[in-house]
Amino acid sequence: MIELGQHAQYIVGAWSGVTLVTLGLILWTLRDAANQKRRLEELESRGVRRRSAKTDSPS
Amino acid sequence: MSAFLALVRRDLTLAMRSGGSTLTLIAFYLAVGTIMPIAIGPDKQLLAQLAPALIWVGVLLSMLLGLDRLFLNDHEDGSLALMRHANLPLAAICLGKLLVHWLVTALPLILMTPVMAMLFTMDGAALWRTVLALLAGTPAVVALGGIGAAVAVSLRGGGFLAPIIILPLTIPVLIFGVSAIAPAAGAGTSSAAFLFLVAISLLATAFSPFAIALALKLAED
Amino acid sequence: MAWSRFFIWPLAAISALFFALGVWFAFFNSPADYQMGDTVRIMYVHVPNAWLSQMVYGLMAVSAVGSLVWRHPMADVSMKAAAPQGAAFTAMALFTGALWGRPTWGTFWEWDGRMTSTLILFLIYLGLIALWRALEHQANGPRLIAIVTLVGAVNIPIIKFSVDWWNTLHQPASVFRADGPTMPGSILMPLFLMMFAFTFLFALLQTLRMRTEIERRRVRSLERRHVAEGATA
Repeated sequence: MIELGQHAQYIVGAWSGVTLVTLGLILWTLRDAANQKRRLEELESRGVRRRSAKTDSPS
Repeated sequence: MSAFLALVRRDLTLAMRSGGSTLTLIAFYLAVGTIMPIAIGPDKQLLAQLAPALIWVGVLLSMLLGLDRLFLNDHEDGSLALMRHANLPLAAICLGKLLVHWLVTALPLILMTPVMAMLFTMDGAALWRTVLALLAGTPAVVALGGIGAAVAVSLRGGGFLAPIIILPLTIPVLIFGVSAIAPAAGAGTSSAAFLFLVAISLLATAFSPFAIALALKLAED
Repeated sequence: MAWSRFFIWPLAAISALFFALGVWFAFFNSPADYQMGDTVRIMYVHVPNAWLSQMVYGLMAVSAVGSLVWRHPMADVSMKAAAPQGAAFTAMALFTGALWGRPTWGTFWEWDGRMTSTLILFLIYLGLIALWRALEHQANGPRLIAIVTLVGAVNIPIIKFSVDWWNTLHQPASVFRADGPTMPGSILMPLFLMMFAFTFLFALLQTLRMRTEIERRRVRSLERRHVAEGATA
């Protein structure tokens, strides 16, 4: 890592804040996707299917 | 045209019969005018300097709080569904309702403004400019607020949301409205601000009835 | 949307590649700016988020037109998927802007034209998210939100203009002219890399969220039918 000069704390603060929010956004999206997938599989395993259901997965 | 006038007359009569909401609005406006000097302190010079901003904030908040019933009553008792079959475009009906709403909310507030000016120790010239700026700017607030009110028809019990959505959109009115009054801004800026205010009001009044009509149609279907 | 699954991994790979390159350039392979010093490194995360905060609203406005004119259900899904991301990007733009302003202007918040309109944009995003929560399950809810989104899109230039006008009125000498055309290549390189990285990340997240949203709708309708069939049986 290079020297960040006298304002290092602001640079580190900005980058870590952005990293946190971005990671949060990614994790939230992935968790939501996994949740919906699980619910859909649960329903299908109980035999609830779409009328048009052929073989495989969503969309 | 006669249908339009009949609608305006009907809405005005209804508003007059239940004058309570206008009274509440004025009471709220005066309450804002009372708590501001108490919070700031009785410094007459400071108050006179802040007066344009305080009056605009008071008017804006009062009007946003008063807009939730704009279409709700007519929606609930079915009048709105009936009006859609009138031989008048729904946008024209919405324009009439906005006009009446301006008459029963904005106009009383503007008439109360001399009292506010007294509380804030404004001079006569500033009061005159304030009244003119309010006359020029409040139609835009009613027009934008009408869009929020039309959406609020579908918000069962969530009427508080409409002011939150509309408030950011009224910021240009606030900026130009205060600048049209404040003399400190320098030569020419207050008349420029006044013209912008008129332009925003005209544009908002011209276009918002169509957006409102569309939103009401969607809410009724 | 079935085809969209083929985009997910490529988008993730491109975005990760740009992030890796961008971070490397931003910290190890670019000099401090002769004027801003090392604080220029905040720009590399600030500018992409500021750009996305507006781009996402643009996408929402286009989707709103699609929802109102063609009544396309994908347009509703796209609007709903984009709103929280737009709010997040705007929040990050404000946050990094404040942290850049402190060493540069000596204050976290300056009522500068751009920062003020970004704050207003953030408020609009919050309002739209609240509206989605309130109206989502109503028959014409998404199209009502499309109207509000479009009214916002028409108003944003007016708000921007009025805020800039107000800003010049109150402080004639503008403090913020960092982005002249004179930016040297050493700054532009990491800046563009990070902009691409964030834009591809948004494309990836938007795709994922839209797919999830479609599945959510499917789950909901299946559950409803399940209950209905259970009642008749």
